[in-house]
Amino acid sequence: MHTSSMDRRQFISATGVLTGALLAGSALALLAPARAWAVDLSALSTAEGSALMAVARTLAPHDTLEDAAYALVVKAIDGAAGDAATLAMLREGLARLGPGFATANEAERVAALTPLENTAFFKFLRAQTLLNLYASPLAYAHFGYEGEVFSKGGYLLHGFNDLRWLPEVPLADSGPVYTGA
Amino acid sequence: MASISHDDSSAVVIIGSGAGGGTLAHELTRRGIKVVLLEAGARQSLATFSQVPGEAFGQLTWLEPRTASGSWTVKEDYPTLPSWTCKTVGGTTVHWTGATPRAQPWEVRSRTTYGQVDGASLIDWPLEYSELLHYYELAEKRMVVTRRNGNPGLPASNHFKVFHYGAKKLGYQRVHTGYMAINSRPADDRGMCIQQGFCVQGCKVAAKWSTLYTEIPRAEATGNLDLRVESRAVRIEHGKDGLVNGVVYRDAKGSEQRQLARIVCVAANSVETSRLLLLSESSKYPQGLANSSDQVGRHFSHHTGGFAFGVFDQPIRFWRGTTLAGLVEDETRHDPKRGFAGGYHLEMLALDLPSIALAGFPQNLWGRDLAYMMDRYSNMAGIFVNGEDLPRATNRITLNLAVKDQFGLPVANIHVDDHPNNAAMRAHGQRQAKALLEAAGATRVVLSRQTPATHNMCANRMSKDARDGVVNAHGQAHDIRNLFVSDGSAMSTPSSANPTLTIVALALRQAEYIAKQMGSRAI
Repeated sequence: MHTSSMDRRQFISATGVLTGALLAGSALALLAPARAWAVDLSALSTAEGSALMAVARTLAPHDTLEDAAYALVVKAIDGAAGDAATLAMLREGLARLGPGFATANEAERVAALTPLENTAFFKFLRAQTLLNLYASPLAYAHFGYEGEVFSKGGYLLHGFNDLRWLPEVPLADSGPVYTGA
Repeated sequence: MASISHDDSSAVVIIGSGAGGGTLAHELTRRGIKVVLLEAGARQSLATFSQVPGEAFGQLTWLEPRTASGSWTVKEDYPTLPSWTCKTVGGTTVHWTGATPRAQPWEVRSRTTYGQVDGASLIDWPLEYSELLHYYELAEKRMVVTRRNGNPGLPASNHFKVFHYGAKKLGYQRVHTGYMAINSRPADDRGMCIQQGFCVQGCKVAAKWSTLYTEIPRAEATGNLDLRVESRAVRIEHGKDGLVNGVVYRDAKGSEQRQLARIVCVAANSVETSRLLLLSESSKYPQGLANSSDQVGRHFSHHTGGFAFGVFDQPIRFWRGTTLAGLVEDETRHDPKRGFAGGYHLEMLALDLPSIALAGFPQNLWGRDLAYMMDRYSNMAGIFVNGEDLPRATNRITLNLAVKDQFGLPVANIHVDDHPNNAAMRAHGQRQAKALLEAAGATRVVLSRQTPATHNMCANRMSKDARDGVVNAHGQAHDIRNLFVSDGSAMSTPSSANPTLTIVALALRQAEYIAKQMGSRAI
């Protein structure tokens, strides 16, 4: 977990930082040692990071999903922005969105993004958002996806067929759960 | 494991260790034939298979570059991954979903059955279905396919309950948990399916058949196999007599090596097999090997495919269980009244949380429409439409002279213009899939566009007439009698079936032929 003490070298090399707080009572807040979080950026400025976070929230607006999950998307984009051509593309696209984008309301953000749908900028951000937003333990907890299961011995005895709101399937169309008998 | 000398020209060299190459390697080595098996990828194991998101993709996928062109939507939607196959020992049998339906009897006579279709290059297969059926039966026993030979079907998961309910409500008759090469009980010295849902990441209990832990270790045990991993074939060489006599490859360090060969069998999957034959051009074969007919790389087929994902008011948790053990067979018939030739399967399909948005949904889905679906991920069910796409002479693999790989060799370009029949079939299939999900209670359904080619077929097809294809009914090159194609690119037409069972069946048949030809010294 990121601590609040920033050494001098970190203070100089970070180009930007995103900060926030976990939602009280959320799954991660119950696990984390502190609710405050910060994400250092090494290519993007704080303003650019905030705007990209707003883009991610517009592309995939999950009202009750932590800001922290979106900050992880920006962290990944920041990593890709180490490439000069990518950084230039991002800056050009953000310029088209305008300086007020990060604080605009959702309808305004959607209206600003829609004309850019076929641009490389938009496609890149959509791919980065989808890839990074849904691949974190935070997202798994939020959406109910259980992830890795080999260590638990699979779902065979852990609910793979526990649905009861539809009738059972006749054995002729499926098969028995083999128990060694 | 054997160590066969590079200068041993009595060896059979097989390029690619997947369904075709791996099976062929075992079949030849158990008959006492020395085989050098070249595999571009590394060797994974049950221990190294990963269920951490993204890791398996990087570990198993063929990520070396190829380009795409043509009007197919895949070029636009997946420019960096038009074809999704494996680069690993076991080939694409490591990440496949285990589906092993058979091609239908008329599908090996598609030209006769569908007639002349403008803009399509249909041909009949040069073998009878009765003969293919014999090898299907052998393959099904070998792979322990469920619902065949008394093997029980896989049990119904929550996802399958939804799939089955909707399908029966629509009036479908043949709905079941599929013909799957996934153990429904322990068999073949492999584990039983414990319903993990990480089929595509490599089965960590080996319940799903893969040459990695069946054919290849058994081939090694004969003492006649020399498996060379991280060895990428870059050229097939030939002598003045026109017969192939060796394979040049780059080893794990990138150094060039040459293995002499009595026979060469190419099983690198449709894209790379075509590419390798074209790269092997010479003054004697200026169009590439086995290509006097200019058919190498042509008629590339990828199956008409598309997803439907629906969300419901109640939980399904479709990730709990196999990825694809659910099948509707009713639409595989040829019924022109539906508005298209050929047929398709409806296949139950689940995707993990990171993959569903990126790979399952259309690329233009974003905002509230995307969030609506993802918020209901726990209440989601999915279907994959898998249908026969019509082959076209202009759908082809060629060399892209403008893009080179790390060795300075032109990469493959995949050019596809989907035949209008494909669009009509996809529309019908996705409409039926949507209706199925809604019949089971889905409140909203999202349809994808054409998915990347996970089934890559027909690019070096079998033909009776040497002008129509690349190889004969044994996968033997018309032009060069000691050169064989041993992967899905040998299929004459794609059928509506996931191709692995057909590839294994053809490999079993080809092995018998090669052994006999070697025995009589015909090759």
